[in-house]
Amino acid sequence: MSRAALLLLADGRFPAGGHAHSGGVEAAVAHKAVHDIYSLEAFCRGRLHTTGLTTAGLAAAAAAGCDPLLLDDAADARTPVPALRAVARRLGRQMMRAARATFPSAELDRLAAERPQGAHQPIVQGLAVRAAGLTPKDAACAAAYESTGGPATAAVRLLSLNPLDASRLLARLSAETDTVAAAAADAAARVTTEGLDVLPSASSPLLDITGEQHAAWTMRLFAS
Amino acid sequence: MSAGTQLDRPKAAFDPASPPTGTEETCGHPDGVRATARIRATYNGRVTTLPELRSDGPFHLRRMRTGGRAATVGVIGAMSAPLGGDRLALDITAEDRAELDVTTAAATLALRGPTTAPATYDVRLSVGEHACLRWLPKPLISAADSNLHQTCTVNLAATSQLVLREEQILGRANEKPGHLVSRIRVHRAGRLLLDQHTAYGDPEPGWDGPAVLDGHRAVGQLLVVDPELDLQRAPVLLRKGTKDGCAVLAPLAGGPALLATAVARTSSALRELLNEALGHAFGE
Repeated sequence: MSRAALLLLADGRFPAGGHAHSGGVEAAVAHKAVHDIYSLEAFCRGRLHTTGLTTAGLAAAAAAGCDPLLLDDAADARTPVPALRAVARRLGRQMMRAARATFPSAELDRLAAERPQGAHQPIVQGLAVRAAGLTPKDAACAAAYESTGGPATAAVRLLSLNPLDASRLLARLSAETDTVAAAAADAAARVTTEGLDVLPSASSPLLDITGEQHAAWTMRLFAS
Repeated sequence: MSAGTQLDRPKAAFDPASPPTGTEETCGHPDGVRATARIRATYNGRVTTLPELRSDGPFHLRRMRTGGRAATVGVIGAMSAPLGGDRLALDITAEDRAELDVTTAAATLALRGPTTAPATYDVRLSVGEHACLRWLPKPLISAADSNLHQTCTVNLAATSQLVLREEQILGRANEKPGHLVSRIRVHRAGRLLLDQHTAYGDPEPGWDGPAVLDGHRAVGQLLVVDPELDLQRAPVLLRKGTKDGCAVLAPLAGGPALLATAVARTSSALRELLNEALGHAFGE
């Protein structure tokens, strides 16, 4: 197992398409709910403990070897709006392409064949982490980090914030990110004995509503 | 709540005439009420009958007068509940071809009890083939310092119809909300259709921030499952902004189901949004 492999998979420059998505922050900026570094931190904290926890659980379970097709259904049941399901699958398709190029594995090939339109992104991410010889906890950590890293970077562009403030914000959230990742990995470890229902399904009403609103915009900077 | 009600509570918990029938509840706080009420509706070939209507603890069940083949049951709050430490459950079953409406007479108010331990309130809905259940309770209000873990578990057959509404009001007027954790899980024909977990109020991190509630104090959902639904339409957005509340009505991935999710400033604005969503679900 290689630490550097995890850094590569979690790097914003890994060509998996994440940079084109704001994780809901573009809609929140438009509604003036996020307007400075403090409201951005509140946004990131809320996203980490809802979507972040849920995706980290799915990623960890995929990395632990749970059936990715069952996980894909579990992800659908945890994503009640079509716009966010479409985003998750599009990101999954892009992640699949990058993952198969970097960490080829039979499991990734099989999922790509079963879900040609793309599986939910955290499941592909979990399989990629597995293919790289890393642990479910690593997958959870990458997914949880991404749940705040994406919106923070997007908000810097949308609000012309100081990138140093945004990095400080992410550093402040790092202990909480670890806690969320640990909770997600614990849940994933219990799947074999207790079933998929133990995976987190934390959700946020506003991310669902504004995700669908954002998809209906004609002019936008980010794809979601 | 009055002192009289307080005195009544241990009696309700330990009343030998109504032993708790739940199999899994074992660890209720000694001060807490343990109660499981049951409603079972069947179809006798002509109308829906109610062979089981078992009131318990705070749930007083009353059959309401209706015309047509449906049966209607009102759940009337017989005592203040849930309070911290209570273990409450409501089992509602509409067997094959039955048509059942269940409402509550008043809002459910979660209050702090003799302990800060969480109360639990589990609603289990089960709907048979060609059966129809409408579960439309009044809102749940999470009062300051209350602590409630709520679950709603739904099992549907492939041909079941369901209308389910859940409304949560975080705090009475101008007070801080209590701690309210909810999970809803819906299975249809053995397959998971919806799994959502929400957690509001301190000490949940980020719950009131711009990614979750952004100051809204009324949040609700409306779930419609019906094999005849037309799912090929675009999601419906109600109110474009977010300031005065907004909602989305959209199809779920795993079956013929529409889910409306709404947030609002007040319970009346929330109800208005969910009623509009209901109109869109059945109207268009």
